[in-house]
Amino acid sequence: MYDNAMIVEEKFRNITQGNQVTGFQIGMRIPYYRGVVLSLLDETQLTVDGELIPSEKITLTISGKTLPLMHLEEDPVTKWEFGDVGILTVDHPGGLPIGEHKLELYQHVRTPYIPGGVAGEDVKVVFLSE
Amino acid sequence: MSADTTIKRAVSLYSFQEEYFHRKMTVEQIIAACAEMSVQGIEILGDQMIRGYPNIPDEFVKQWHGWMDQYGVEPACLDNFLDWNKYKGRVMTEDEQVESMTLDILNAKKLGIPLIRVIHDVKPIILERLAPIAEKYKIILALEVHAPSDLDSPFEQELYEMFTRLQSPYVGFAVDFSLYTKRLPRIISERYKREGMKPEIIEYLVNGFNTQSLPKRHELNERNMALPESIMAMGGRQVDIRWAFMGTHMIYADPRKMLDYMPYIHHIHAKFWEMLPDYTEYSVPYDEIIPILVEGGYSGYISSEYEGNRWLHDALPVDSTEQVRRHQGMLKNLLKEASEI
Repeated sequence: MYDNAMIVEEKFRNITQGNQVTGFQIGMRIPYYRGVVLSLLDETQLTVDGELIPSEKITLTISGKTLPLMHLEEDPVTKWEFGDVGILTVDHPGGLPIGEHKLELYQHVRTPYIPGGVAGEDVKVVFLSE
Repeated sequence: MSADTTIKRAVSLYSFQEEYFHRKMTVEQIIAACAEMSVQGIEILGDQMIRGYPNIPDEFVKQWHGWMDQYGVEPACLDNFLDWNKYKGRVMTEDEQVESMTLDILNAKKLGIPLIRVIHDVKPIILERLAPIAEKYKIILALEVHAPSDLDSPFEQELYEMFTRLQSPYVGFAVDFSLYTKRLPRIISERYKREGMKPEIIEYLVNGFNTQSLPKRHELNERNMALPESIMAMGGRQVDIRWAFMGTHMIYADPRKMLDYMPYIHHIHAKFWEMLPDYTEYSVPYDEIIPILVEGGYSGYISSEYEGNRWLHDALPVDSTEQVRRHQGMLKNLLKEASEI
């Protein structure tokens, strides 16, 4: 559910630190009908132009907190509220070239009362303008 | 003979999740829309529309009570979840589970909500331990019976044994009408088409569902592979299996069975997928079910729970307000008719 609302393209941009382009960001919503604590989120997979981004290169910013994607399972307190947009920041020196990119995002939610949990997937071709 | 009913109508705000998710309607606007349909009760999911839940900001508590007064509605139900797997590498202890749900009880009290819809994987022992706390705060705990389970499934029977033993008015069932899905919602088979499922697989699922002959997902606690195998044999894809399970888990049980459990039924999720312009629902035979609730002397809320949203929102507009309006209109008519017999 909400699969095609997962990638928030308005938040797709390169980021700079000082005068260096250090990576890029995309916005994301979770494909589920309620807010959950971060530890229920596993298997976030971001693919850009056919290439899977290693999880250790990604941090998540949500509810005023920024933490490595690898550490979500250690946070059973911070809530990702229903419908809120989180920011995935990818460490990618030089950023992505301006132009069209194919983004693929997969998220699994370990909601305990549904056997196997729930998962969602979104694919969008998005234009990067900055 | 007149059987004046004390059944009240409610709306679960779950029905408006599409509009809320896309920030097209606020909680207040949704409550206002419900009030315009002369709805009596409001049901809310803590984790869905109360930011910070289970730590509810005082500001929300104040607003909530204000909305109830301003729009002339009353709090009907709080839906809880128990994330017993949220700690890394272990499941919650029983004490932690009781503690988590005690917080839900206190939250219901704060919001003036008389009943909690308990998520259906809460164990009987946890519910039994909570009974005295529920009694103390006068909050009813109603565990949701949801398809593919029925009232006489093993887990529900375990609960029923406990309910009859405790004889507490504060623990019992909430019944979800996914139990009474007579035919597969057509918005589901239409979605299957959009997802590229082969027509013969769709036909197999629709016919199998409508004749109640689809293989069950589990048989005696074992995973039953018959459905996936049939789909693959017809040239299906892995993703078709996922869609099949998601869309056909509902059942069509005998609604008269509710009469045997009526003293323990405290809440109703009147699930629906598609209200037609003539105020009938495509897949659930409400005209058969509502008179049974009246006959059995049910006296809680019947709460509209719209679930069509997620089957449409990939490609089609969702109008939850219109769907809920029709559903409430239908409930109103059926309750009136059933009381006049």
